[in-house]
Amino acid sequence: MTGTAPNSTAPKTVGAAKLAVRVSAITTLNALVTRFEFQRIDGADFPTFSGGAHTVVEMMDGEKKRLNPYSLMSDPAELSTYAISVRRDDQGRGGSLFMHQKIKVGDEMALSYPVNLFVLDLRARKHLFVAGGIGITPFLAQIKQLEAIGGNWELHYSCRSPDLGSYVDELTEYYPHATSVYYDDKKQLIDLDNLLDGQPFGTHLYVCGPKGMIDWVRKTATATGWPQAHVHHEEFFAPQPGRPFAVRLKKSELTVEVGAQESLLEAIERLGVDAPYLCRGGACGQCETDVLDSDGTFLHRDHWLEDDEKESGEKIMPCVSRFEGKILVLNR
Amino acid sequence: MSTFEFPPSIRSRPVYCVLEARPGKAHLMIADAEGAEALIDLALRAPELMAKAHVIYIPKATDFGAALNALNPAQYYEGPSYSAAVSRIKRVFSDASMGLQIYLSGTEGLMGQALSEAMQAGYDHTAIQTEHRGSLARRMQCVHCKGITEDVSNDPFQCSHCGLNLFVRDHYSRRLAAFQGVCIDAEEPGNVPPSKELYS
Repeated sequence: MTGTAPNSTAPKTVGAAKLAVRVSAITTLNALVTRFEFQRIDGADFPTFSGGAHTVVEMMDGEKKRLNPYSLMSDPAELSTYAISVRRDDQGRGGSLFMHQKIKVGDEMALSYPVNLFVLDLRARKHLFVAGGIGITPFLAQIKQLEAIGGNWELHYSCRSPDLGSYVDELTEYYPHATSVYYDDKKQLIDLDNLLDGQPFGTHLYVCGPKGMIDWVRKTATATGWPQAHVHHEEFFAPQPGRPFAVRLKKSELTVEVGAQESLLEAIERLGVDAPYLCRGGACGQCETDVLDSDGTFLHRDHWLEDDEKESGEKIMPCVSRFEGKILVLNR
Repeated sequence: MSTFEFPPSIRSRPVYCVLEARPGKAHLMIADAEGAEALIDLALRAPELMAKAHVIYIPKATDFGAALNALNPAQYYEGPSYSAAVSRIKRVFSDASMGLQIYLSGTEGLMGQALSEAMQAGYDHTAIQTEHRGSLARRMQCVHCKGITEDVSNDPFQCSHCGLNLFVRDHYSRRLAAFQGVCIDAEEPGNVPPSKELYS
């Protein structure tokens, strides 16, 4: 059975209100990354945000609604414009390709209110940033925020090559003493052991980049005595495709077939059921859903649930996790 | 035995652990009185820590100093009081690097104050280990006059600054490193229950 669920008792989505925007500028940075700037259609300022915040961009791709989170990289003090930088992912599910190929200046779109899952800890004596590739974007906003208040920061930025070094010129021009850039194609590696050794007491470490880099930085920091509370990371998992499966939504009294290319959350939304979400990447915990009954295997892909919760079969994060088996009933 | 099992209380009340060795570039150990026993136990379990350890010890009326010194820490300091030691503690934090592990043991007043210093130096309190040993006496702040009374072991007690009769609460300020004392006879001055020893 498909259709809308006008009588759904599911909770209303946090941050459901959308900002109606127009694309005000599109700038190609290099072969992979393009910057998109937005202004509000009503001409008002955007809501304030803090460095590290993301917005969920709503893309109307024909019949299909795509919702992808992107870090806000513009200056938090400049609220006439929001800017994101999108890296083209040819193997992805199509959101970034849609942005690169279909979106034109003047197009109308919708953005979510900003949400920050990667905040600066302003008690820090120093902020040490480690970025890999497109992982530079949240730091661009954080650097502007810190520059405005005279914050102490240092950036170590690893890129594939000079051609693909998004914002390297800007960073090295404005902040030559705070920015170090490393190019993979020149075999330049961040000397992490040395970097983490001798950082002043009260330093906070932030890492955003590929999963391998995040794991490497967190592991090295822990091994050398950095406490978890001083090590922050931003990692969104894009939903992975998988085998189609059926889900019963108990409260909404609906059943939905989750397609191979679609996430469980997207399938629930397709029925018109208002399910909560914030990051859509397995990080924030907002979409945590109770499982009422199941017979099969959970494919947990989030990094929100604890291991014992994953094993219990009583919880699922529908933004990134899937299921294979006969029966899955959710309290939604 | 210098250990005590605190009964469950409100969320504000600090809880303590048993010190465990953690990886670190350097180890700062601050203890008072019977807190020395927790450091000695830690050194027995993880003797390798001591070569990179700085021990700051306030014996109060105990004599664990020689035993602590015999653990051969890289640096050993013994001071007559927390007030005498605090300038050294501040200096250690201002010179320290990330990778320093912090171990606190002894009375609640000592651990709370050292933890507060680390917080002021920008360090997260959740990353600091604390093991209670010895006296159950508390550092109390009078919520009325704001004066601090050290080593309060009876409830109710008289504020050493303004003289009010104060009820010993489990409500704790991490910033002040003090429990809160609230006037017990405000509505009926003079009607003060008999004072008894904490946890007796």
